[in-house]
Amino acid sequence: MSIARDVLVVEKVNKSFHDPVTVQVLKDVSLRVAPGEFVSITGKSGCGKSTLLYILSTMDTDFDGDVVIDGERTAGLGGERLAAIRNEKIGFVFQFHYLLPEFSVLRNVMLPGLKLGRKAAVEVEADAMERLRELDMADQALKMANQLSGGQKQRVAIARALINDPLIIMGDEPTGNLDKRNADTVFDIFQRIAAEHKRSLLIVTHDPDFAARTDRNIVMDDGRIVR
Amino acid sequence: MKLLLSIALTLLRAKLRQSIVAAVGVMFSITMFVALLGFMNGLNDLLDGLILNRTPHIRLFNELQASPQQPIALDQGNDSVAENRAAHHFVRSVKPKDDLPRLRNGEAIMQAMERDPRVLAVSPRLVAQVFFNVGTVDLNGQVSGIDVAQETRHYRFADHLIQGDPKDLATGSNTLVLGKGLADMMAAEIGETVQVTTATGDRAMLRVVGIFQSGIADYDKVQCYANIRTVQKLLARPGGYYTDINLKLHDLATAPAMARELAARFKVDAVDIQTANAQFETGTTVRTIISYAVGVVLLIVAGFGIYNILNMMIYEKLDTIAILKATGFNGADVRRIFLLLSMIIGLVGGISGLIGGLVLQMLIDHLPFNTAALPTITTFPVDYSARYYTIAVTFALLTTWVAGWFPARKASRVDPVEIIRGK
Repeated sequence: MSIARDVLVVEKVNKSFHDPVTVQVLKDVSLRVAPGEFVSITGKSGCGKSTLLYILSTMDTDFDGDVVIDGERTAGLGGERLAAIRNEKIGFVFQFHYLLPEFSVLRNVMLPGLKLGRKAAVEVEADAMERLRELDMADQALKMANQLSGGQKQRVAIARALINDPLIIMGDEPTGNLDKRNADTVFDIFQRIAAEHKRSLLIVTHDPDFAARTDRNIVMDDGRIVR
Repeated sequence: MKLLLSIALTLLRAKLRQSIVAAVGVMFSITMFVALLGFMNGLNDLLDGLILNRTPHIRLFNELQASPQQPIALDQGNDSVAENRAAHHFVRSVKPKDDLPRLRNGEAIMQAMERDPRVLAVSPRLVAQVFFNVGTVDLNGQVSGIDVAQETRHYRFADHLIQGDPKDLATGSNTLVLGKGLADMMAAEIGETVQVTTATGDRAMLRVVGIFQSGIADYDKVQCYANIRTVQKLLARPGGYYTDINLKLHDLATAPAMARELAARFKVDAVDIQTANAQFETGTTVRTIISYAVGVVLLIVAGFGIYNILNMMIYEKLDTIAILKATGFNGADVRRIFLLLSMIIGLVGGISGLIGGLVLQMLIDHLPFNTAALPTITTFPVDYSARYYTIAVTFALLTTWVAGWFPARKASRVDPVEIIRGK
């Protein structure tokens, strides 16, 4: 395989919900994300874009078709291996569920790094501080997570997503709950991650401005990729 | 594991009040368990000790009985005559043989037993039936001649003396310790002299040097103690004349087997403590079972408390669980976090429960408790045995583990997608 292989390959993914009646939400979805590529997914509510994202994130395993992350097929892998893939190769940014309220900002950022266990705790802490500094949040490091504003929380969540140097960062409407100014900040951060760190980004969004500024915009409608 | 522990501790701190309530539940049950069992067993030991401490493990004696082989049975007749061989002897109304109630070769048995490595202590006894002559009234009594030093050391003789000193009985001649009931009936006090008549009609004057109370009223109305030499003199018997030899063994459990062995070896009667006092063991067992049952129920109730609180905590922490899972913690990690949480509650509650139990035990130990039956006891008895502490902590950890396991499993199965998309 070439060095510049695609970090994410999706082949003919189908998914149906069966409760209360069978509805097919994803129909033969295929896509690829190259290293360093900033991709957005847009579409109407209920078009299946979030469902697709959770399948790609390995958290949802109930689907047909193939998802290959960094050359590894996820179908048939055990929960433990999938958790390890999420930990090491995928960074997450959600719309609402930002941080663990019981922990300090710094600790929130550190947790996935400590779980990975590749570095000593002090190194993870130094990395976490570095990430926070890049995102202008270093001075908030020792605050509790629930003392921050929404925009600040989202920046901390991004720092957390970056702690293990993941291959791809996935976001489910990460700016959906933020005002224009904060949304722009988050977008700039994402762009910088793609450009400077050469990380791929796959962001589901409602915001047409946001989508327009990404490298590639995937549009979904009724479970299919239309563009 | 260290990471999971630190997460568990953080979650615990965030729900400090609920966690404390759960830990207090465990603490309370452990406290009660330890105190209850310590107190119950203290009482058990005390009540059993009433009889068992004073009872020899094996008693060797000579019971008056009919000779097992009547002389006529030895007569085989003339075997050459066929009708004699088929004959049966019928002997009716057999009486005990005329024999002294003494142990034959008492001195030799004493010496053999003193050399026996299984035996802790050997003490001879000479029991005499007497009448106390009080004015015109004769009171029935039984004087046991004892080796005072041995009885004090191994059968807690001094514990039951409410007046007087065992030394006076050991050293003085013609001295006597009266049972409380008997002393009351005779209105006898220390220093007074009482007249006794033996079964054979001999009379003697004995000086009262102590009053004895066993806790069993009927016993105290007839029982007296004297130095064994005094009783030998009273009965006009020589120095080696004993009716009983009492043995205390190193290992109580071997008593029945050893009693059979000694009976065969010395051709005497031998009764072991288990046979003589079977009912005490039954009572002890039942009381112990009841206290364990109550204690275990307490622990299980505490377990339900933990179960409830953890369940509630998991519902409140669904978001946290979902985020942990999304960022790479697997189901087993989440299960371990909540199991650790439960075990921390159990451990903290358990250890403070042990301390509480000790404090409560000491409190009970200082409560006044006076009973006529037990003259030397002034406070409630408590058994501080480490066994109850060990059992309590083991059970606490076991119940908290079980109580934590089910909620923890539930937490490990939380589907993060459902939680994250649900909002």
